[in-house]
Amino acid sequence: MVEERVAALATRSIKREAKMWALRTAISMTDLTTLEGMDTKEKVRQLCHKGIRPDPTDASIPSVAAVCVYPNLVGTAAEVLEDTSVRVAAVSTYFPSGQAPLDLKVAETRRVVADGADEVDMVIDRGAFLAGDYVKVFAEVAAVREAAGDACLKVILETGELGSYDNVRRASMLAMAAGADFIKTSTGKVSPAATPAVTLVMLESIRDFYSNTGRVVGMKPAGGIGSAKQAIRWLVLLNETLGVEWMTPRRFRFGASSLLNDLLMQIRWLETERYQSPDYFTRA
Amino acid sequence: MARQDALAPRSGTGAPMWEYRESRENPALAGIRDRSGLWINGEETEPLSGRWFSTIDPATEEHLSMVAEAGPADVDRAVGAAREAVAGWAAMPVAERAKSLFRLARLVQERSRELAVLDTRDGGKPIREARDVDLPLVAAHFFYHAGWADKLEYAFPGVEPRPMGVVGQVIPWNFPLLMAAWKVAPALATGNTVVLKPAETTPLSALRLAEIAAEAGLPPGVLNVIPGAGETGADLVGHRGVDKVAFTGSTQVGKEIRRRLAGSGKALTLELGGKGAHVIFDDAPLDQAVEGVVNGIFFNQGQVCCAGSRLLVQESVASEFVDRLRRRLSTLRVGDPLDKNTDVGAINSAAHLERITELVESGQEEGALIYQPPCELPDRGFWFPPTLFTDVSQSHRIAREEIFGPVLSILTFRTPGEAVERANNTPYGLASGVWTSKGSRILWMADRLAAGVVWANTYNKFDPASPFGGVRESGFGREGGRHGLAAYLRGVG
Repeated sequence: MVEERVAALATRSIKREAKMWALRTAISMTDLTTLEGMDTKEKVRQLCHKGIRPDPTDASIPSVAAVCVYPNLVGTAAEVLEDTSVRVAAVSTYFPSGQAPLDLKVAETRRVVADGADEVDMVIDRGAFLAGDYVKVFAEVAAVREAAGDACLKVILETGELGSYDNVRRASMLAMAAGADFIKTSTGKVSPAATPAVTLVMLESIRDFYSNTGRVVGMKPAGGIGSAKQAIRWLVLLNETLGVEWMTPRRFRFGASSLLNDLLMQIRWLETERYQSPDYFTRA
Repeated sequence: MARQDALAPRSGTGAPMWEYRESRENPALAGIRDRSGLWINGEETEPLSGRWFSTIDPATEEHLSMVAEAGPADVDRAVGAAREAVAGWAAMPVAERAKSLFRLARLVQERSRELAVLDTRDGGKPIREARDVDLPLVAAHFFYHAGWADKLEYAFPGVEPRPMGVVGQVIPWNFPLLMAAWKVAPALATGNTVVLKPAETTPLSALRLAEIAAEAGLPPGVLNVIPGAGETGADLVGHRGVDKVAFTGSTQVGKEIRRRLAGSGKALTLELGGKGAHVIFDDAPLDQAVEGVVNGIFFNQGQVCCAGSRLLVQESVASEFVDRLRRRLSTLRVGDPLDKNTDVGAINSAAHLERITELVESGQEEGALIYQPPCELPDRGFWFPPTLFTDVSQSHRIAREEIFGPVLSILTFRTPGEAVERANNTPYGLASGVWTSKGSRILWMADRLAAGVVWANTYNKFDPASPFGGVRESGFGREGGRHGLAAYLRGVG
């Protein structure tokens, strides 16, 4: 039924004003991401400028929510993004595997926050989770939560490795109970990454957690969301599961890199009813 | 920004509303003509009765077409045409018969958008369902049965299956084209010829199907369509030239037909009403079960004979489940059936709306608690909001009578034994559903539920290969699969 519900919602037909609102909102929800071994300071600077002003020809286009980088590049991003609304997000806890001792994960988290990260994207220890050592998973999230201080903590479940919807739900509940501000599907390094079906399961978990505890947790699908059409489907899922209260960058993010330009292209199409060459959009 | 601030709930103001803009399918695609005559012997023809009636769009009450009403002389003509065609059709090389059915299936597929819009306008169902459920199943039924046409001796080895002859079929308005396909496809594949009477509120798609069948090369007289009301149906099933009657509709009419046919030598299959029990155990994945329940009772506005109209929830999760169900109801989009975002469309007719309204009033009078989500209904047309009843007891009319509308009666149970007892405490026996994470319990329940269909952790799933039909007052005979073929053949037991 999870897949059926998702398939039914995928047939929602979102047009004109409704689509324009979705496209602009999706931009404001984007965590513009670069997580490559070959990332350079220059690339991160480029990406930050892109995030602040996604379309140089149209000042009405909102900035993205955050720029997400590796720990080494947090300082660079923080420098460019200082005094802007765009936040610095850092992956932490030995992303993407999370296969490191807890003290190193905690130290890494303290370091990225000290270097200027407003948000920390941590990974759970999937090995421990699949082995049934939920206590360890919980304790690690709680320790990183503390180390992150006031930073917003996003907990990556890496759903592509969890094997079942039951596990996705269990991991979601565990992460939320341990103090996650957001739960996030994937690192982007494992396939499948974010699917609509696991997103629905996580949204339902967030809803149940909220109704049981009153605490609001956000959702971040990440990895594999490259087109505006997909993004709109995600927003439909969000709208019909958690409602408009959740349709804000404070509660929902897209972890993506190539999505932004497609959103911009679709906005231009809605405005002009023409597709423009990709060369009219900046590539960071 | 501090952590609390980043996640502070946005109170009241400031939260954006996301209204989906209307996304309307083009009504002109239906290609509706001013007058729709009878379809007899391969052509459209004026009714000898001289009578025409108006068919309307139940969502707008707008007149769509004047439709010919078949009187006794027209029924006689149609049965005569079918009789004349029967020898040729039965004697046609089976591979040729299969080919023309395959052609019909392909044409239906090619014209599925037109047919979906046609059924939506004539019947009021949401275009999303017509497009994504009805039409794919219509094509699937023709493809499936076309495949059997030249393999009948393998379906029934050791006997020589022979067609019945002329089949008189009477179908309801809830799935106008799909019910036509369920009836026509197996009848034709097994070498019978057909006189089909569609419901008086939804005659257009069956007439269109007859046209398409002629285009596909079906010989004249093999498929005849004669619109009309109950009288036309009675004339058809009572006609001496009919060898077999297949009826889908209410239990009351089904009983009348059976009485009438007793001793006539005609074969009969009946697919009648239901009061499906949908049983939710406490270990079920509740959000999934909510989806199943919503699908079970609000699909096609609940105008489904196998609708899961009685919800039996285990007491320990009952209040939580009802909360989830209410929340889900608030996201159902009720309105213009042609809007691609509509989930719940119009009620089929004024008369049917009156019946739903009357039963719902009886529920309130008898003391059940009603819940309807806030929703704006259009000014014109026939509408009923999605409705839940809690505090329902077995003796309430809403727990016993088929409402055939978007109305769910919720009861609770404590033990599996009690669930079975309550589920079976009805004269009907068409369909039921069970939701649990425990496989053994599914089998235990399926053994005990008196129903032709038991869905496990799903609901309203159809496939042409899977026999569908009822027990007790929900009828007899099966449609679909090898069992469905047997209903149209002699000599197969």
